[in-house]
Amino acid sequence: MRVVLTVAGLTLREAARRRVLRSLAVLTVLLLSLSAWGFSRIDAEFGGLTSGESKFAAALVLNLVMFGLSLIAALGTAFLAGPTVAGESESGIALAVLARPVRRAWVLLGKWLGLVAFGAGFVAVAGAAQLVIVKVTTGYWPPAPVTGLALLAAQTVTLLTLGLLLSTVISPMASGVVAVGLFGATWIAGVVGGLGQALGNESVERIGTVSQMLLPTDGLWRGAMRSFQDPSLVTQFSEAFEGHPFLSAAPLTGAYLLWAAVWVLLVLALAGLAFQRRDV
Amino acid sequence: MTSPAVWTSGLRKRYRRRQAVDDVSFTVGRGEVVGLLGPNGAGKTTVIKMLLGLVRPDAGEVMLLGRHGTDPRSRTAVGYLPELFRYQPWLTAAEVLRLHTRLAGVSVPAAEQQECLGLVGLADRAGDRVGGFSKGMQQRLGLAVALVARPELVVLDEPTSALDPIGRADVRDLLLSLRERQVAVLLNSHLIGEVERVCDRVVILDHGRVAASGTLAELLGQRELRLRLDGITAAAEALLAKATREGDTFVVPITDLDEVPDLVAELVKLGVRVHAVEPGRITLEERLLDIIRGGEAS
Repeated sequence: MRVVLTVAGLTLREAARRRVLRSLAVLTVLLLSLSAWGFSRIDAEFGGLTSGESKFAAALVLNLVMFGLSLIAALGTAFLAGPTVAGESESGIALAVLARPVRRAWVLLGKWLGLVAFGAGFVAVAGAAQLVIVKVTTGYWPPAPVTGLALLAAQTVTLLTLGLLLSTVISPMASGVVAVGLFGATWIAGVVGGLGQALGNESVERIGTVSQMLLPTDGLWRGAMRSFQDPSLVTQFSEAFEGHPFLSAAPLTGAYLLWAAVWVLLVLALAGLAFQRRDV
Repeated sequence: MTSPAVWTSGLRKRYRRRQAVDDVSFTVGRGEVVGLLGPNGAGKTTVIKMLLGLVRPDAGEVMLLGRHGTDPRSRTAVGYLPELFRYQPWLTAAEVLRLHTRLAGVSVPAAEQQECLGLVGLADRAGDRVGGFSKGMQQRLGLAVALVARPELVVLDEPTSALDPIGRADVRDLLLSLRERQVAVLLNSHLIGEVERVCDRVVILDHGRVAASGTLAELLGQRELRLRLDGITAAAEALLAKATREGDTFVVPITDLDEVPDLVAELVKLGVRVHAVEPGRITLEERLLDIIRGGEAS
């Protein structure tokens, strides 16, 4: 436990002191201020919208901005997770640490915990700021903000766990790129699957389902979107929800959430095994 | 009897088609300073990494300070300076030391940690980030890291590769003080003079195998005598059968300096004119080259 906490603290300190945090902060502030401006325009320009329509617009744009945030979180943590194992082995930083009386599994778990705290903390702070901005500018408040942010954080955790596994087997840069690439590919597959559903084409729909099982980031993201939408919108604008990349028609099932948790544990265990066997 | 600081038996490691380490066994006693010598690619660093659990051996066993090498606790009182020394650039020197005492599970007072930095000449850089350190300073920090958690065994892989002559002298003093404090040291170094001055015993690796090992006296036990002679008779030549000849100089291997007067008297008796007698000692360097060039593996 001592080792896990020490390494977790070290990872957090690394995230805080490296340029990643500053870049993340700049990107986030940029996105938040852009969205604040955008939301204030929605309110000003679309004065003639019905309350339902303006709610719809707010929910849609909120999801869009949240996607941007989740992308920043994904990029940030994937590029932190990459250097943490592969990079430290390459540079030699890992040598002195692993020669201490520590189990590698605990070192990896500590790194994972540190990254989880960092990623989840980022999502919580930036996401909450975004929700407040929307509330102030348009008066819209999502139905389940905490669940939504938790699912966004879970999405980040999923991706960083994948990044950690990749970084135990391939080079630091490659692991970041592959993780982000897979994240993007699953999102596109999810959009394609949604279109398949809208068109009633089962084989196209299956693309989304399979990719959401293989890498649960997109499934969790759709669950998060659902929590940011007012439930009345689905019945009111049911056609718009069909195949829309920034609206979610169906809620997440408990089984899917369970699968996502099992997926993270499995990938983490795999990363532990790969790290244990690796020569540094 | 206490268990040795390092005990290894039959270590092997293969990287693809190259056998990096082949059946390496040796021991480092408690408080003993042992030098690990050999040419580039002899497998020294791989052996060290296998001792510390950084590289998985294909075969063989390791015991550190009485515990099996597969048990992380065997490394509780082990300090290590890697050949590739790099420390978290975003931490300060003092923070790196604190991190390592925590990882080692040893509580070392801040003052003692600071003292450790002073020992390697970094006392005034404790609060500076490692990212701004030169290579030499990082190697000094690495030495402090190896020493900070009150080790009983210190493994130093090329500890002076980035140091200036003053730094090298500091390391030599450090090694001597470790020996005085009965801390065992395994030292891999290319600087043979350094090894010769501080090590009790030497293990020479070549092509992944132990080519020779023993105390310095055992390895360098053989002395030589250089004689400049003329008027060599056939009988004198027979007496000098073991010598190598360089012009009028004969180099005779001897085991004891006491043999010298007898040999000279014998030569004079045989009518040989003796111009010069120079007893000499084979240096570790000569011995090492001898062994590596396939001379006389013992």
